[in-house]
Amino acid sequence: MSATRPITSADTVGWRIDDIGPDEMILSMGPQHPSTHGVLRIELITDGELVRDARPHIGYLHRCFEKHCENVDYPGVIPYTDRLDYVASMGNSLGYCLAVEKLLAIEPSPYVQTIRVIMAELQRIASHCVAIGTYGMDLGAFTPFLHLLRDREKILDVFEWTCGARLLYNYNWVGGVSHDVPEGFVKACREIVSEFDQITYPELVNLLIGNKIFISRTAGVGVVSRELAISYDLTGPNLRGSGVKYDLRKDEPYSGYENYTFEVPVGEGQYGPKGSCFDRNWVRVVEMKESARIVSQALDRLEKLDKTDVREKVPKRVKPAKGEVFARSEAARGNLGYYVVADGTAVNPYRVKVKSPCFTAMSAFHHVARGVMIADIIALIGSFDVVLGEIDR
Amino acid sequence: MDALLRLFSLIPGWDQNVPAWASISLAGLLAAGLCLGFISLGPVGYVYVERKLAGFMQDRLGPMRVGPWGLLQTIADTIKLLFKEAIFPAAVNRPLFVVAPCLVVIGAFMGFAVLPFSPTWQGTDLDVGAFYVIAIGSLSTVGLIMAGWASNNKYALFGAMRSAAQIVSYEIPAVMSLIVVVMIAGSLSLQQIVAAQAGGLHNWFLWKFFPLNVIAFLVFFTATLAECNRTPFDIPEAESELVAGFHTEYSGFFFAMFFLAEYTEMFVASAMVSVLFLGGFAAPLPVLQTVAGFDIGPVWLIAKAWALVFVHMWLRWTLPRLRVDQLMHVAWKVLLPIALFLIVVIGGLLTAPATAGGFPWDPWFGWPLTALLCGYLMLTALRAWRWHARQVREAVA
Repeated sequence: MSATRPITSADTVGWRIDDIGPDEMILSMGPQHPSTHGVLRIELITDGELVRDARPHIGYLHRCFEKHCENVDYPGVIPYTDRLDYVASMGNSLGYCLAVEKLLAIEPSPYVQTIRVIMAELQRIASHCVAIGTYGMDLGAFTPFLHLLRDREKILDVFEWTCGARLLYNYNWVGGVSHDVPEGFVKACREIVSEFDQITYPELVNLLIGNKIFISRTAGVGVVSRELAISYDLTGPNLRGSGVKYDLRKDEPYSGYENYTFEVPVGEGQYGPKGSCFDRNWVRVVEMKESARIVSQALDRLEKLDKTDVREKVPKRVKPAKGEVFARSEAARGNLGYYVVADGTAVNPYRVKVKSPCFTAMSAFHHVARGVMIADIIALIGSFDVVLGEIDR
Repeated sequence: MDALLRLFSLIPGWDQNVPAWASISLAGLLAAGLCLGFISLGPVGYVYVERKLAGFMQDRLGPMRVGPWGLLQTIADTIKLLFKEAIFPAAVNRPLFVVAPCLVVIGAFMGFAVLPFSPTWQGTDLDVGAFYVIAIGSLSTVGLIMAGWASNNKYALFGAMRSAAQIVSYEIPAVMSLIVVVMIAGSLSLQQIVAAQAGGLHNWFLWKFFPLNVIAFLVFFTATLAECNRTPFDIPEAESELVAGFHTEYSGFFFAMFFLAEYTEMFVASAMVSVLFLGGFAAPLPVLQTVAGFDIGPVWLIAKAWALVFVHMWLRWTLPRLRVDQLMHVAWKVLLPIALFLIVVIGGLLTAPATAGGFPWDPWFGWPLTALLCGYLMLTALRAWRWHARQVREAVA
């Protein structure tokens, strides 16, 4: 901020009394609110049901993740990464492991990479189940949420079976994974995929996505234009909902994603302008289907590959040479980037910085939150699908 | 009440020693207390059914722990609510805060006064019965606004404003479609409206002027849905937007009163719909009106009302919620023009001698369409049941 400009209320944390006009009211939504998806707080200036301006406040879930990382060794960071986006933990640790592996120049075996892809894609399905389910709940439809959680449960069962945890897995390790997949894993995954294709997906489209009220609540609401999406560095389904075909799995393949055929869904604007809440949600729905496709291909691949020890390349002691690295991967909510600096003397990182997709999504929020209704604010937060664990870190 | 008076005179010396006004007052109070007790017990049943239904629709079991199949769950919940502390936040307007839930409950309960359960079993047969129910229904709006204002909470205020706007808006299409029925029956008295529909299913107002009255029925049903604040019109207490709307600050017994009122209102509204369009206590076949000489009208009315309550619940667990402006759009730009159109058309038809008693094809549609609908529903239920049984078999195997 330049020294000459007077400090206005826009520079302070919250709205002030002189920001609001006659007939206007400040409504503080959150941090304890049923549908701010965690401890997000949004200050709204409302005129009746209309929202003139909105200002999100973050930081209620700040846990010094990045500082913590500087005080534990490289593998010790992995459990912390699980707690970033706690709805899709597998993807977080995968990104971090990719960064450290790049630093150490380790390439895990194809077998391990395939397992990682299966896990990441199953996790994407599970995460989108929560995203879409809670989105339906935000709009007042309770039943799809429970149906989707039922199906997420099956995936979590497989995760539990594999690594013993249902939410925070600590599964991806530097150079490998913590446990090999159990006997019968492939069969169980195939069942999940076929159940998803035959039951969950049609049921979801029938019950929620095709519902006229759902469409009228979401289509045309909170339109993020292509330019706005790119300028705010929106990633993942939020970017693709605006019609930008950009997916790291296609554009910068990692972990052998180049071996699978799948489509990158983008928002089509079936029911209104492209980039609306409906499109972002629609992208997630189709993405689940594509993930199921990837999983079944990866399962075929896994069966053909020679079994190797999954901890074969896990280093006994991680002490990279001096250097810095940035690696990113397509997590369930977008590009999750890890910037890791090693000073070459210590077994703990000198610096770990996370580029979080939810944070960038939240920073674009106030642009689309102006002039909508209170109910639309809820629809907006849900459509960006933010997880506060990742925003606040 | 008459029965109570007869009971009193069985007591030796009652008639000689107790003045008539005293025994009438006592009988009235007792009768009112009994009715109140039964009406208040109703929601215990509705809540249980609603939770079970929600459970089945969501692929789970619903309450199962308290009592067999969780039957005692709502009783336990009620007891819990009664014994919980009613918290008064520091800044509430205490008198209004206390009066508000009472008003809402009164509004809901007073509807029962004119509900005709049978030709004789009715609180009182007002000449303006239909009008009375609508008028009493709006009493709860006052309570809701009071609750929202007295809570001194922005979410509660939003909920109150929304509910006021919603109920006032939806009363208009409700009244307009009510007028259609009143025109056909030629009376506002609920007894006479039911009497005009006696003689079997094909005489119900639902099938009069086919298909015009079916539309009127749908308009009225939608409007009552909105007046009961049920999904998809539950914006006054939209959980995901307004936390709990007008009852955000309420707890314990006062919260229970809002709950009680909501479910009672749901029953009254459904009973009204069945009185106006589905023949009220008239059986679908005249033969079924009496069983062993007893008039089972009340059973029919309650069964019809419950069927509609089931539809309420079904919708609640299926549909998302409308936005405020969309809600107003539905009321003013969709339902109201339809209702006005129906008034004009049916009014015109009633004045023409050829169609004063309905269209000539009216008797022919009621039975086949009802049979078709019931058949379809039963088939769907059967399919769902068989699918479920197969799932269970596979899970076991």
